[in-house]
Amino acid sequence: MISISGITKVYYGSSKEEPIVALDNVSFEIKKNEFVSIVGRSGAGKTTLLKLIIAEEEPTKGTIFLDKCDIFKLSRKNLPLLRRRFGVIFQDYKLFSSKTAYENVAYVMEVMGATDAQIARDVPQVLELVGLLDRADNFPHELSGGEKQRLAIARALIHRPDIILADEPTGNLDPYNTFEIIRLLKKLHELGNTVILSTHDKEVINRLGERVITLENGRVIRDEKRGKFIL
Amino acid sequence: MLTSLKRIIKNGCKDFSRNLSLSLATIFIMVIVISFPTALFILNPASKILISNIEKKVDISVYFNEDAKKEDILSAKEAIAKLPEVKEVVYLSKEETMEKFVERHKNDPVLMESLAELGENPFLASVNIKAKDLSQYEQITKFLENAPFAKIIKKVDYYERKPIIERIFSVISKINKIGIILAVTAGIIAFLVAFSTIKTSIYSARKEIEIMRLVGASNWFIRGPFFVQGVIVGVISALITFSLTFAFCFFLNSKIQSLFFGVDIFRIFLENMGVLFLTQLGVGIGLGVISSMIAIRKYLKV
Repeated sequence: MISISGITKVYYGSSKEEPIVALDNVSFEIKKNEFVSIVGRSGAGKTTLLKLIIAEEEPTKGTIFLDKCDIFKLSRKNLPLLRRRFGVIFQDYKLFSSKTAYENVAYVMEVMGATDAQIARDVPQVLELVGLLDRADNFPHELSGGEKQRLAIARALIHRPDIILADEPTGNLDPYNTFEIIRLLKKLHELGNTVILSTHDKEVINRLGERVITLENGRVIRDEKRGKFIL
Repeated sequence: MLTSLKRIIKNGCKDFSRNLSLSLATIFIMVIVISFPTALFILNPASKILISNIEKKVDISVYFNEDAKKEDILSAKEAIAKLPEVKEVVYLSKEETMEKFVERHKNDPVLMESLAELGENPFLASVNIKAKDLSQYEQITKFLENAPFAKIIKKVDYYERKPIIERIFSVISKINKIGIILAVTAGIIAFLVAFSTIKTSIYSARKEIEIMRLVGASNWFIRGPFFVQGVIVGVISALITFSLTFAFCFFLNSKIQSLFFGVDIFRIFLENMGVLFLTQLGVGIGLGVISSMIAIRKYLKV
């Protein structure tokens, strides 16, 4: 489904600084309905990799294919169509600060062209799923860290995307909420979604018992079918 | 398509009301910007009226010799009236001039006594000439000096009036030039201020714009609400400026009329109301929308 080959990403700072190699010749494939965890220390290149998968950034070298489509050759006009296939839970949530919790979720459905009736039916459902129905009219700044995270998850799920991309989705949660979220991701996986999870939470990885790709200094150092968190 | 349009409009209105303080600040700046073309719109016809009112007050007089015959003077008047530059020629006989003088100075005993002491009519018959344009008096004077009836002319007072006429001429053209330069400069400054105000408001929304791109919104779905906000700001600013212009012209009309030789700005306003409002609307919406679209461009690159 997703084919990553020879991806290198170098950040060039000012001419005096050494360029930073965030990803170095990374290649692997993700099959449909796979649950893949990408682990590594902070700065190993996890977030950069996820950014490249949704074409938020362009690689210095290499290609990423989604099915048969080279995502970096997509025109600006067609890029939104690619992104609508993903449900992304961003590390920094990326919530709309001027929209309420309800509107944050509904916006994605509006973008997809859903009818008003569909929006009125689905948004409360997904807010209930993440336990935020009673916070529907609150703005993000009125929510706690955990609530923001759950709202970000609700927004990523609302349009039933093929692929869920979760960048440290449990980073700000207590152990109880962490496993609630992981349970939810597993459930989505069972329902047929492809899930890509980036994390540095050892506990989470060891419990999942799914494929684990380990990144270190921008390189893939391990790719195991039923991996453990080893660094 | 229709649903998208409806949502774009709804989101635009919502964003406008949620960022009310920023929206109001933008409207305030826009009112100032729209006021410049409005001022030009009112002042341009007003200055033309003012110029023609002043020009109406300028004339030259041709004085004829004491012994000139009335028929000769009248035929000279006919010849002058035939000149294409001449707008109006009025003949004043010795007697009429005297009557006018007495009428004007009847309350001045010194003048009246001196006149009585003279015992006769000291005034000369004259022809009063008004040209179509200030610049034509020189030509008319040249014609008078070389005309066949030049021998019966005693004096043309053009040379006495020349400095005043030239002064008026240069003041008017200076006022016009300075006015245009001022209006254009101030207009450009106001435009830049409005543009950067709008740019600031979009800068504050840049993160949201990036998120919109990342969740798969098309560029038009993102631009749309900003476009709608630009239109709302433009329309409200135009309405406010229009009302202010109305109030200004209505309440200050009598003062301006007495100060500036009867220039009726309220009439100018009423006569040009439609075009004026469309211009204000055009400037307001155009500036609001174009600035937003330019400012938003760089955030859509994600």
